[in-house]
Amino acid sequence: MRVIVDEDKCCGAGQCVLLAPKVFDQRDDGIVILLDESPAKELYTVVREAATVCPAAAIRLEEDE
Amino acid sequence: MTTPTSVLVVGASAGGLSVAEALRREGFTGSLTLLGAERHLPYDRPPLSKKVLGGAWKPEQTQLRPESALAKLEAEFVLGDPAVRLDVGAREVTTASGRGLRADVIVLATGLEPRRLPGQEAWAGVHVLRTVDETLALRADLLAGPRVVVAGDGVLGTEIAATARGMGLTVTVVGPQSAPLASQIGSQVGGYLAKLHVDQGVELRLGIGVAELVGAAGRVSGVRLANGEVLPADVVVVAIGSRPATGWLAGSGLVLGDGIVCDSRCQAAAGIYAVGDVAFWHHEGFGAGMRLENRTNAVEQAMVVAANILGKDRPYTPVPYFWTDQFDAKIQVHGFLPADAEVAIVEGDPALRQFVALYGSRGKVTGLVGWNMVKQTRQHRQHVVEGTAWSEVVAAARVAST
Ligand SMILES: Cc1cc2nc3c(=O)[nH]c(=O)nc-3n(C[C@H](O)[C@H](O)[C@H](O)COP(=O)(O)OP(=O)(O)OC[C@H]3O[C@@H](n4cnc5c(N)ncnc54)[C@H](O)[C@@H]3O)c2cc1C
Ligand code: SF4
Repeated sequence: MRVIVDEDKCCGAGQCVLLAPKVFDQRDDGIVILLDESPAKELYTVVREAATVCPAAAIRLEEDE
Repeated sequence: MTTPTSVLVVGASAGGLSVAEALRREGFTGSLTLLGAERHLPYDRPPLSKKVLGGAWKPEQTQLRPESALAKLEAEFVLGDPAVRLDVGAREVTTASGRGLRADVIVLATGLEPRRLPGQEAWAGVHVLRTVDETLALRADLLAGPRVVVAGDGVLGTEIAATARGMGLTVTVVGPQSAPLASQIGSQVGGYLAKLHVDQGVELRLGIGVAELVGAAGRVSGVRLANGEVLPADVVVVAIGSRPATGWLAGSGLVLGDGIVCDSRCQAAAGIYAVGDVAFWHHEGFGAGMRLENRTNAVEQAMVVAANILGKDRPYTPVPYFWTDQFDAKIQVHGFLPADAEVAIVEGDPALRQFVALYGSRGKVTGLVGWNMVKQTRQHRQHVVEGTAWSEVVAAARVAST
């Protein structure tokens, strides 16, 4: 899985950090920081949840086919 | 309940699309249809009053998913054709163009309709803002006219005022509350927001409502306040709240109150669910029915609805969250902020425009407002989730400030 974040879309809600703190962090102004663009398999579920819940649709996933 | 073979979602926006995505993610392989009144593919509303109105974003940038991702959903999109009737027993929706769509499960995600002032349709230059088309129409008028009056002191009205002011317009906000957003964040923090607007040059006319629109030759020229005074305007924005888009459900047999009335599983009737701004459901944790009008609710509720459609039995018990961006302020609101709550500043300083305020009621933390302090806001959210004792956080705040 590859994680892509769109910093321009991000509205700093921080839902991603609450769900997957190993993969996402936030700058002081709230904009997302991607810590791990290819997270380990055991994180796939929380990362998918973060991508869904992100209220700015700023997290995109390229799933392994 | 056996797994349904077909799901119809009415309303193709944040809530509706999220149900469809969650169903597929959870392995639903049946047929999936999204019916939408607007002709656009699902797009996001929060940027409308901020980046699109201000011109920083093109309208296409609000599209929620790229077309490749929508194609992978294997869902049929029926757009530009509003639902006009629901047969609850047969689980069939009739559309304006006369289509009949039947499904094992129907999800209602039709959102809100803006309230309007009486007779406002008669005047050019008067706007509401809910859709992308309405945003572009308002932007075109704002670019032409220097004076705008915003009727409404809630989140949407103040956001539009901030954006219009940022475009260099002369802006007046009129509203009945003592402070903007007072009903959402209380009068103390609402007062800080009032100060921000005034400092940025917005004129606030608070504690008074708009009585009527005035104009000549079919074009608005101002608003008359309840005290008779007339405020001149080239453009008037009406942001006086919204009502659930349930008109088409009258006579369907569903219980309609402040939205589509649902149980704690967000089910309105057998095989019929509601999600997002239109859904009034029973919050088990809070012990009462409620309806939320915010973006995070639309997706979180959608995930619960999708799980319940697939046979889980999950109550929906969120900690509400919304944000608003106005001038340089990012304001984030978590939890419940009852009108009689006590307020304690636990981080930062309102004078420096960076702070976290906790809200307490009946001895517990129930909510918080963060203002340009996203990390600290996220940390203090835990107090809201856990319902930390109010005395504890107030004591800690006192220690921190001495
Ligand atoms: C300008 C603006 C700014 C906002 N800013 C913020 C913000 O900063 N933070 C925040 O948390 N929230 C914000 N919100 C709120 C957030 O956008 C909503 O909570 C969210 O869009 C709700 O999603 P929904 O799918 O329930 O409803 P909606 O997004 O309203 O979607 C409902 C859809 O159903 C369609 N529909 C209606 N009737 C029918 C029918 N009869 N048949 C078929 N389709 C129908 C509508 O056309 C619409 O596309 C904002 C909203 C607006 C309008
Ligand atoms: S959840 Fe989305 S909007 Fe919020 S910080 Fe993460 S990427 Fe940004």
